[in-house]
Amino acid sequence: MEFKITNKAKTLTLVLMAIGVVFTAIGIIINFDNHQILPRVLGSSLVSSFFFFSIGLGALFFLALAYATETGWYATVKRLIEGIAGFLPYGIGLMILVFIVISVTDGGHIYSWMNPEYTTPGEEHYDPIIEGKTGYLNMIFWWVRTIIYLGTYYIFWTGFRKRSLEEDRVGGTEIHFKNYKKGALFLVFFAVFSSTSSWDWIMSIDVHWFSTLFGWYVFAGMWCSAMTVLVLLTLYLKKQGYLPKVNESHIHDIGKWTFATSFLWSYLWFSQYMLIWYANIPEETVYHLARIENYQVLYFTMFIINFAFPMLLLMSRDAKRHSGILTFVGLIILSGHWLDVYMMVAPGTLGVNGTIGLIEIGMVLLLAGAFIRIVLVNLTKAPLTPVNHPFLDESIHHEI
Amino acid sequence: MADKVIYAMYDDDDVLKDGAKKLVSKGVKVSEVFSPFPIHGIDPIIGLKNTRLGIMAFIYGLFGLTLATLGLRYFMVVDWPMNIGGKPNFTYMENILAFIPITFEFTVLCAAHGMAITYFLRNKTLPGMPAQNPDPRTTDDRFVIELRTSDNSQFSAEELEAMVKETGIVELDQKDIA
Repeated sequence: MEFKITNKAKTLTLVLMAIGVVFTAIGIIINFDNHQILPRVLGSSLVSSFFFFSIGLGALFFLALAYATETGWYATVKRLIEGIAGFLPYGIGLMILVFIVISVTDGGHIYSWMNPEYTTPGEEHYDPIIEGKTGYLNMIFWWVRTIIYLGTYYIFWTGFRKRSLEEDRVGGTEIHFKNYKKGALFLVFFAVFSSTSSWDWIMSIDVHWFSTLFGWYVFAGMWCSAMTVLVLLTLYLKKQGYLPKVNESHIHDIGKWTFATSFLWSYLWFSQYMLIWYANIPEETVYHLARIENYQVLYFTMFIINFAFPMLLLMSRDAKRHSGILTFVGLIILSGHWLDVYMMVAPGTLGVNGTIGLIEIGMVLLLAGAFIRIVLVNLTKAPLTPVNHPFLDESIHHEI
Repeated sequence: MADKVIYAMYDDDDVLKDGAKKLVSKGVKVSEVFSPFPIHGIDPIIGLKNTRLGIMAFIYGLFGLTLATLGLRYFMVVDWPMNIGGKPNFTYMENILAFIPITFEFTVLCAAHGMAITYFLRNKTLPGMPAQNPDPRTTDDRFVIELRTSDNSQFSAEELEAMVKETGIVELDQKDIA
């Protein structure tokens, strides 16, 4: 069945984007004299761009995971996953745009290691620790890595999409086994790149601090956000009368993914927090110290939202099949994970002065509108149920 | 009143499922199905209610959580404050991070063991208990539907047997229970 965007959805996404632009503009005008306006605007664009980019990337990862494990149940919602992953090219564009602006402003107080004032001996802000890291954290190598990450994601995404549409036309199992190999290959790249890219893009903001667990923590957040968006999109399309083949069991399974990845995220957050608390080494505690001293309420609210809400509300079988509960919890934890990304960025860029105001809300509304619009447009470009997927029959009879 | 039990044996789980569907559609109540492995989708056909084991798991988990919290507070703070790595041990809350992993493990332990023991008790399958299945072959490659005349008072035993025979059985057995 072909999907058509309703006029209501068109208007709503446009209104979201318009409100976003207006909020951001007002926010910038009000705060124009503030000396931190540049890092604030750049930081909030980085937060929101990364958040929506990571949802697309999480969906791409999930698609590759399904290919590599030859998953059967997901065939009827496969096009939805592709629709979300289809935001990736735009997300990549956003990320590159933000990175270019940050680079030409000498790091723009986001990446202080980009600023020669910190790395040249004799300068006012010279910092020998940052200089010691310039072998890895320097502009050229960093950009090379960034292009490699984004390029790899893009190439794999276009390949998956091309083969998926081709499978609709020709059928057979040849494409399935090709996807199987490419999916496994993507996971190998993703395993390394998801870690190192979060070090490069997010962890290097707090340039003195390092944690090997950080990449998994960011990855768990992106996976959880992608699953939440998938469950919301499935419920939306079901409500519109599409997807007759998607039954309660599919929704239950996606609900389980939301539940499970929330726990994965909480587990990694806590692992990082507890180990640092236990060891109590100053160079490690600085990360949590900055967040607890200046952002205590936001920081722990974020953790409680992302952990307790899904745990208590999605624990029972019935809740995972109830569209009202799923939508409510989904929207809450999506905002929770945006707040999580904000908490990764803001304390390192704005110090003690970070607040969530018009600029941050405007930016997230603008990109949310664009994200929803692009995902819906992607859905119109292919039949909502894949035609010749080898596991389609299994998926239609999925029952748990 | 004497209760007559009819055992209909099948050699294929799909045939059993179709047979059970046919019987239920005629208004017969299937009281039990014996099988060497779980038959997918049989529960709604014979009208089994959803298991309440999950609710018990939650209660056992909550019990474990409470016990672990009380225990750790008593052992590590009240009775003999432990100094581990110089961590604060004056109150429970100051040292809560160190207690969370153990609390978690204990919650899982209680929930898992509680569930397993409840399951065995409820099914009367604790080690050493007499077997409930009517025929040892149902632990190997045979599947059995059990019908009771007391559950199906609108049919006579003969009518039930006639209906069962139409469903592709391989053996039929019956037993009187006082």
